[in-house]
Amino acid sequence: MIQKPLVSAAEAAAMIKPGDVVQVGGFLDCGSPDGIISEIVALKDKAPGRLCLVCNDSGVYDESKGRASSIAPLIKAKLAAKIIVSHIGTNPETQRQMNAGETEVVLVPQGTLAERVRAAGAGLGGILTPTGLGTEVETGKQKLTVGNKVYLLEEALPGDVAIIKAKKADKAGNLVYSKTARNFNPLMATACKLVIAEVEELVEIGQIDPDQVHTPSIFVDYLVLSGGAK
Amino acid sequence: MIEYKENKEIIARRIARIFKTGEVVNLGIGLPTLVGNFVPGDVTVILQSENGLIGLGPAPEAGKADKDLTNAGAMPVTILPGGAFFDSATSFSIIRGGHVDYTVLGVLEVDQEGNLANYKIPGKMVPGMGGAMDLTTGSRVVIAATTHLEKSGTSKLKHRCSLPLTAANEVNIVVTDVGYFEVLGGRFHLAEYFPPYTPEWIVEHTAADIVVRQDCKAWPAEDGCA
Repeated sequence: MIQKPLVSAAEAAAMIKPGDVVQVGGFLDCGSPDGIISEIVALKDKAPGRLCLVCNDSGVYDESKGRASSIAPLIKAKLAAKIIVSHIGTNPETQRQMNAGETEVVLVPQGTLAERVRAAGAGLGGILTPTGLGTEVETGKQKLTVGNKVYLLEEALPGDVAIIKAKKADKAGNLVYSKTARNFNPLMATACKLVIAEVEELVEIGQIDPDQVHTPSIFVDYLVLSGGAK
Repeated sequence: MIEYKENKEIIARRIARIFKTGEVVNLGIGLPTLVGNFVPGDVTVILQSENGLIGLGPAPEAGKADKDLTNAGAMPVTILPGGAFFDSATSFSIIRGGHVDYTVLGVLEVDQEGNLANYKIPGKMVPGMGGAMDLTTGSRVVIAATTHLEKSGTSKLKHRCSLPLTAANEVNIVVTDVGYFEVLGGRFHLAEYFPPYTPEWIVEHTAADIVVRQDCKAWPAEDGCA
């Protein structure tokens, strides 16, 4: 099996280019590639800037407690031009930037966001869902009737780069997630041109039972070890 | 003269009596989460959490929190034996695909057409819908859990929601701290009232059309049977 390059979080961060659509795994505090995220912020003046971020939520941000999880540090550093998320209620800074017109926020129902990412990875143009009918979500979208039911056409949402988090990888890039830290990570691994997985543990090829692999290695381009140099 | 006093516990207690053993239930953040504390001991429900598990258990003991195991509100939780984890697409296949029996949500407004608003106050507060739109679309029964009146005294039950909708015509049951309502045919139907409130008080203090059912009764029953 071909080994995937192991790079540092800083090297991974430097692969992101201005204007990229970056999909970031995680659900609030759980399952984000925090090492790569902090290195993107650390690039400072050299940071890619004006990214389009796709994530379940905009993280938890509490300035008084110094708490900033998931993509919250990227938002605080004003690296996002646009954020596509289902929830921003735990990050007042996102709401501030949105109300001030500094950052565009697109709210997408969580299940629709998951399916739009999955569709992109599965070679589909989009999905038909009843979610959002009769609400602001349907504005500007095509409605289709199948049988006697009406659905919204929600387009696939591909990305340039996915930065995801797994519990364990083998050197081929097969991934295993932990508990509720799985969330959007395996979906995003399929939907982006470049996929970088930050992992807590790296094992030899053959040490993960093929039956237990959550994300097959072919979806993964680079590996980063959490909390460690290269 | 009955004076209104907010009582979230009675809302949670009453909703917890709705479920039967084996039913799959999703509890929203805040007041709906309290419902889990009052499910009777002889009833076993399967709690689903949209961030990716079924078999949600209680909060962990002090010092036993696992950073990889949270509920949809980022609180540390546990998983019961027989539970399972899955990704967000599978989680919403469960939700949207009709495999959840009940979803319990908090509201900003709920109206007699079964519309519910809870994700956006334009220009003020925009938390986002999270999983609420999928949950209300896909669950077999949608239960709105809310205090009957706002702090200002305004009725949370409306003729028509004025805020952007989370769900259009999806709410089946509303439980407040004064009574239990079913939403049918564009009206709230009062099935139970919670003393000291009376059906008359409820009709007077609700900014919506209420039908008091002929078999409307007090809950808990006076003999103490809940």
